[in-house]
Amino acid sequence: VSQRPGSDRVHFPGAVNSQFTNTLAFTRPSEKDAMPTYRVLNQDGEIVDSSQSPPEISEQDLLKMYRDMVTVSIMDIIMFDAQRQGRISFYMVSAGEEGIAVGSASALSPNDPIFAQYRETGIFQHRGFTPADFMAQLFATTADPGKGRNMPVHYGSTKFRIHTISSPLATQIPQAAGAAYAVKLQNQQNPTAEQRVVACYFGEGAASEGDFHAALNVAATRAVPCVFVCRNNGFAISTPTLEQYRGDGIASRGVGYGIDTIRVDGNDILAVREAMKRARALALEGGGRPVLIEAMSYRVSHHSTSDDSFAYRARVEVEEWKRRDNPVTRLRKFLEGRGLWGEEKEKELRSEARKAVLEAYRSAEKERHPALRNLISDVYEEMTEEQLEQLGKMRDVVERYPDEYDGSGYEEGVEG
Amino acid sequence: MITRTVCRHRAPKNPHPARRWYASHPPKARLNIPTDYSTTPLLHHTSKAALSNKELSTEARNGTTSRINLFQAINAALAHALRSDQRVLLFGEDVAFGGVFRCSMNLATEFGDERVFNTPLSEQGIAGFAIGAAMEGMRPVAEIQFADYVYPAFDQIVNEAAKVRYRAGVNADAQSCGGLVIRMPSGGVGHGALYHSQSPESLFSHIPGVRVVIPRSPAQAKGLLLSSIACNDPVIFMEPKILYRAAVEHVPAEPYTLPLSKAEVLKEGKDVTIVSYGTPMYTCQSALEAAERDFKCSVELIDLRTIYPWDRQAVMASVRKTGRCIVVHESMVNAGVGAEVAATVQEGCFLRLEAPVQRVAGWSTHAGLAYEKFNIPDVARVYDSIRAVLEF
Repeated sequence: VSQRPGSDRVHFPGAVNSQFTNTLAFTRPSEKDAMPTYRVLNQDGEIVDSSQSPPEISEQDLLKMYRDMVTVSIMDIIMFDAQRQGRISFYMVSAGEEGIAVGSASALSPNDPIFAQYRETGIFQHRGFTPADFMAQLFATTADPGKGRNMPVHYGSTKFRIHTISSPLATQIPQAAGAAYAVKLQNQQNPTAEQRVVACYFGEGAASEGDFHAALNVAATRAVPCVFVCRNNGFAISTPTLEQYRGDGIASRGVGYGIDTIRVDGNDILAVREAMKRARALALEGGGRPVLIEAMSYRVSHHSTSDDSFAYRARVEVEEWKRRDNPVTRLRKFLEGRGLWGEEKEKELRSEARKAVLEAYRSAEKERHPALRNLISDVYEEMTEEQLEQLGKMRDVVERYPDEYDGSGYEEGVEG
Repeated sequence: MITRTVCRHRAPKNPHPARRWYASHPPKARLNIPTDYSTTPLLHHTSKAALSNKELSTEARNGTTSRINLFQAINAALAHALRSDQRVLLFGEDVAFGGVFRCSMNLATEFGDERVFNTPLSEQGIAGFAIGAAMEGMRPVAEIQFADYVYPAFDQIVNEAAKVRYRAGVNADAQSCGGLVIRMPSGGVGHGALYHSQSPESLFSHIPGVRVVIPRSPAQAKGLLLSSIACNDPVIFMEPKILYRAAVEHVPAEPYTLPLSKAEVLKEGKDVTIVSYGTPMYTCQSALEAAERDFKCSVELIDLRTIYPWDRQAVMASVRKTGRCIVVHESMVNAGVGAEVAATVQEGCFLRLEAPVQRVAGWSTHAGLAYEKFNIPDVARVYDSIRAVLEF
C-alpha cells in the first residue's frame, strides 16, 4: 500500500479505500436512520408482503416450533412458582423471547455447536431436552449432567452440542469465535462431511462487555463461521437500553467490525428463522465468515426470580407488551389462519405439556443430589494429592460431627 | 522488535558519574555477582549430562542433543507439537513473524497461517478464543506477550478455563479445555519496570482448575511445554524472559515430556531446604555454594517446576530431613507462593522444624525501574537467610 500522487483516495494502511473530502464534517449517528427490522408476519400473524414467496417450512416444523414455544412458556410458569415456593433455588424465564431461541435453533443443523447465555431455554427444548432433562438440572439430581454444581438454568449437553452455560456475561462470545475457528479447520479437513457453523447467543447488556468487542473483532479477522445472535429485550436487569448504549442498538456495531449484520423482529419466529437460515449459509461462504443478528423483543418477565421488575418499570407497560404482541400468539394466529391450529388442539397441547412437566417435576423432587465427592472431582482430569487429602478431611469432620451435617439428601449419603 | 515500549534507560550526567549500569555489580561484591550461565551446575554443559536425566524417554536418552537457549527450546517444543498433532494451534499478538522474543520463529512458514497466526491486540479475546477452540477439540497454545498483560484475560482464565470441566460434569470429556496452554514471558529482566517484570503465578495458584508451570532452563522448558500441551487440564506456562537468551544448555533433540506437578531435587543436602523455581534457582545455587563454603553446611535445593498443583510431598519429605526451609521467588512476598509453601511445611513438618520457615521474595511493592536490584531476591539475601535459619 502506498500513497500515490494525485489519488482521490486515501492509501494509508489502516483504511485503504477512503475517499478524500474537503468538507469538514463529522459522521453523526443521530442523522442516520436506524437499521431496519426484518419481519415476515405482522402482529396478527399474517404475512406482511404477500408479493414475496412465503418462507419454506413444513407443517410439521411449524407445529414443532409452536409446541416448543408453548412447552417452554408453560414450564417457565411452573418453575417460576416452584422457586417462589422454595422448591428450587433460582429460575429465569424466557417469556417474550421464546421465538428467538426456538426460531433460530430450528434453522441450525443439530450438529452446529451452540454457546448460550441463559435465556435460551427454547434451544434446549428444540434440540430434544425432555422435561426430565430440565428437571434434573433444576433440582440438581443425580441425573444432572452438571453433577449438581451449577445454579438452575445453567444447562449443557454434549448430545445436543450445547456448551454448558456459565454465569459470567459475554465470556461465551470470544469462546464461540474460537470454537468456530476450530469448526472452520474441521470443515476444511473434512470437506465431504456436513459443513458446520457455531451459534452464539447473548443479550444487549452483555454486548457492553469487553468480551463482545474482542469476540466480534477476532471473529472478523479470522473469518470464522459463527452466527452471533443478540437478544435485545430492552433491559439488562433494571438498566434500560438508553443507559446501556447510545448507538443504533447492537446491529450498527456489527458493521463497524466488518460483519454482515441484520436486525429482525424477535417476536416474529418466521423472521428469526429466515434470518438464521440465511445467516448460516452466509457464515459458510468462502470458507467462513461471521454474521450478526440482532433480534428485537421485550423482556415481559422479571429478570430472574431474584428480581421484582416493577421496581423500575410500570406494570401497565409490561401488561401492554404481553397483550399486544408476543411470539407465541403471533405464530398461533398464523397457524390458525392456515387452518393448522384451533382451540381444541391448544387445550390439548397445554394440558399435555403441563402434565409432562409436573410429572418430571414430582419425580425429580424425590431424587437425591449426586454423591458428595463430586464437590471436589472434575476440577482437574484427575484428583490431585491435595484434593484427595481434603476429601478425607471433609469426611472425617462430617463423621465426627454427625449432628452438624445432613448427608441424607446425597447419593450414598456420608459414604459418598 | 518489541512492540510494547521496553526502553533502556541511560543515567543522566551528574557530579557522581553513574557507576551502576544495570548489567554491572558493585566492585567489591562477593555474593551479588551476575550468574555465569556457562558454568552453573543447573544447566547441562555436556551432551552426556543432558541425556543422563532419568525422566527422559528411552528414545530421547539414546538420541543426540543440541546446545540451545530457552527461546530456541520453546521454539523446538512448539514445532514438535505442531508437527505431531494437527489439533495444535499457535496464536497471539505478533507471533506470526516469530514473536517479539523469537519463540515462534519460522513456525508460520512451516505450518501455515491457518495454524500459526496473529490475533487482534486483545488479551481477553485471545484467552476466550483459545478456550473456545479447545472446547471444540483443538489444542491451542495462546501467547500473552508479557505476563504483565494477562489481567484483561483473568476472567476468562479464572471463571471459564479453570471451571469448564467442573461445570460440565459428565459432559467433561467433550466439554473441557484439554490441551489449552497460555504461554507468557514473565519475571524481571533488569529494566522492565512496572509492566515488563511481573511474576503473577501466585494469582493463578489460587485457582483450582488451572496448572501453573515455570521452567528454569531450556531442557526443562521443552519437556514441560510438551507435557503442558499434552495435558488435559488448562496450563498457564510462564517463561522467565531473562533466560530466553541467557540460559544455554544441551537439550535432547528428540521430543520428550517432563512430569507436571513433580518437583526436582537438584542437590541433596541435610541442613537446609531451599525451594524455588524459574530464574531465582540460579540465585539460590550461588547463595548455597557460598553458604556451604562459609558455614560448613549442606543445603538441599528443590525446583518446584509446577507451581500449582505443586509437589507438596517432595518438599515436606525434604524439610522433614533438614528441619529448615527457605522459599525464594521474585514476586511479592505478600500472599505469594512462599506463603502457601511455608504454611504447608509448618502444618506438615511442625515437629521437625528447627527454625521458622523463611520467605525470600520481592518486597511488597511494584517493580520500580531503577530499583530492581534492591527488590528481586539476590544472592546476598538468600545467603543471609541460610545464615539466619542455621543460627536460629
